[in-house]
Amino acid sequence: MKKFRQILLGVLVFGLIAGSALTGCKKKAANPFPASGAIAGWEKAGETRTFEPKDLWQYIDGDSEQYIQAGVVSTSTSDYKYKGQLEAVVDVYTMGGPDGAQTILERGQTKDAKTIKVGDEGLQYAQSVTFRKGPYLVRIVAYQAGSQTAEALVALAHGVETNL
Amino acid sequence: MKNRREFLKDAATTAALLSAQSGLGLSRTKQHENEKPKVVIAHDPALHGTDGKLDSARVAALLDRAISTYTGHPRPADAWKRIVNEGGAKDKVVGIKTNGLGGRGISTHSVLVFAIAERLQEAGVKPGNILIWDRNARDLQACGFTINTDPSHLRCYGSDVSGFEENVETWGASRVRFSKILTRECAMIINVPILKDHSMSGLTFAMKNMYGVVEKPWELHGGGCNPGIADLNAFPVIRQKIKLTIGDAMTSVYEGGPGFRPEHLWQPNSLIIGEDRVAIDQIAWGILDKKRTEMGLKTLEAVGRAPRYIATAAGSAHALGTNDPQRIKLVEV
Repeated sequence: MKKFRQILLGVLVFGLIAGSALTGCKKKAANPFPASGAIAGWEKAGETRTFEPKDLWQYIDGDSEQYIQAGVVSTSTSDYKYKGQLEAVVDVYTMGGPDGAQTILERGQTKDAKTIKVGDEGLQYAQSVTFRKGPYLVRIVAYQAGSQTAEALVALAHGVETNL
Repeated sequence: MKNRREFLKDAATTAALLSAQSGLGLSRTKQHENEKPKVVIAHDPALHGTDGKLDSARVAALLDRAISTYTGHPRPADAWKRIVNEGGAKDKVVGIKTNGLGGRGISTHSVLVFAIAERLQEAGVKPGNILIWDRNARDLQACGFTINTDPSHLRCYGSDVSGFEENVETWGASRVRFSKILTRECAMIINVPILKDHSMSGLTFAMKNMYGVVEKPWELHGGGCNPGIADLNAFPVIRQKIKLTIGDAMTSVYEGGPGFRPEHLWQPNSLIIGEDRVAIDQIAWGILDKKRTEMGLKTLEAVGRAPRYIATAAGSAHALGTNDPQRIKLVEV
C-alpha cells in the first residue's frame, strides 16, 4: 500500500512538473514576425501590437465580433515595408484551435481567390495573402498594388509561417 | 416608473420636437416645409487618376457641384456661409467627424476633408475654429492627418485628447458617455463617413459613424447594431449638432468590411450629401447591394445582414428621418 502511495505521489509530482513546463511553453509565445532583412526586401516598419479579445475592438472594432465568436485568444499585428515602397500589414490571430482559424479563412472567400501552398491552407488575392497553420490565422495585406506585390507577399507569408 | 408604451410615446414626442429644431432645412424653402428630404449623389468617373490616386482638384470640384446642387446656391462660398450660419456656428467651432476605423486604405479620404476645410475658411470660418476629429490619433492618422492642437491652425485630434463626459446618458436601452469634442467644443458638426460593408450592421455610413463619438462603441453592437445605431442617433446632442452629412463614397468595400479588404475594394467615385441620415443610409444600402449583385454576391438581406437599424431609426419611436424611397428626393449629378 505504501509503495502504491509512493508511486501515486510520484505520478502526481511528475504531472505537476510536466504541466507547469507546458504552461511555461505556452506563455513563451513564439514571435511570428520576421525581423527586418530576414525575408529579402522586407523591413519591419513598426512595433508589434497585441490585443486580447476584450480589447480587439480597439484594432478592428466592427470586425472583432466574428473573431471572438470563432474563438480568438490573442491578436498581434505589425507593419512592414518592401524595398522602401510597398507597405503592408501582418495580422496574426491565435485562435483556440484549428477550427476557428478555418472558419475565418473560409469566411469571405470569393472565386477570385487563388490557392497557395502556405501553412495548412492558404489563399491569395492581388493584394493579400491569408493562411492558417494549426490554431493560427495569418492575414497579410498590401496597401498598394504593383507588379511585385503578389510575389513579395507570398515570400513574407512563408517567413511568418516558419516562425509559427 | 414609465411603462414601455409611455416611454415610446415620450420618445416619439421628443423626437418630433428635436427633428423640428435640428435640421438646417437647406434642401427646402420655407414655403415647402413638407418637401421630401433631399439626397444628392454627385459622381465623377475620372475621380481616380491612372495611378489609382484621387485627383484633389476633381474632388474639390465634385464637392462644389454636390453642395451647389444640394443648397441651390450656384456659388459654393454662399452655400457654405449658409451652412455655417444656419448651423449656428458663426464664430464658433465647426467639427468635421471622419472615420478612420478601417485603417489605411478604407478611411475617410483626407483630400475630401481638406477640401471641406478650405471651403469653410472661404466662408469665413477661422482655421482654428475647424476641428477634424475621430475616436483617437490612430484613426485620424489612418486617414492621413497629422495631430494638431494649436488653435492658430486647422486643428485635428481625437477623443483620446479631449476625453469623455463623466455623465452616462441613456436613450432606450443604450447608455453612453459622449466625447467632449461633441458636447463642449463644436457648435455644429459635418459628418464625413466612408461607405462600407459591415460584418454586423450590414453597412456603415451616415448613422453608424456616430459610434466614433462615444467611449464604448462596442456596447452598441448587439443585434446587428439594432437598435444601437438608431438609439445613438436619437440622443439630443447628436440630433442638434450633426447638421450635414457629406458621405465619402469615392472608395468603398462591398464585402468583408469594415476593415480594409483590397480584394473587395471598389471605386463608386461619388459623394452622397444630405441632412437626413436615415434617407442617406437607405440610398447607400441600395448602392451597396447593387454592387454586391454585380459581383455575384448575395444581397445583404440574403446573407442575413440587412441593415435593420435603418427601419428602426425611421420608426415612430426614433423618428430620425425617412427610409421610404418614394419619400426621398434623390438627385444625381
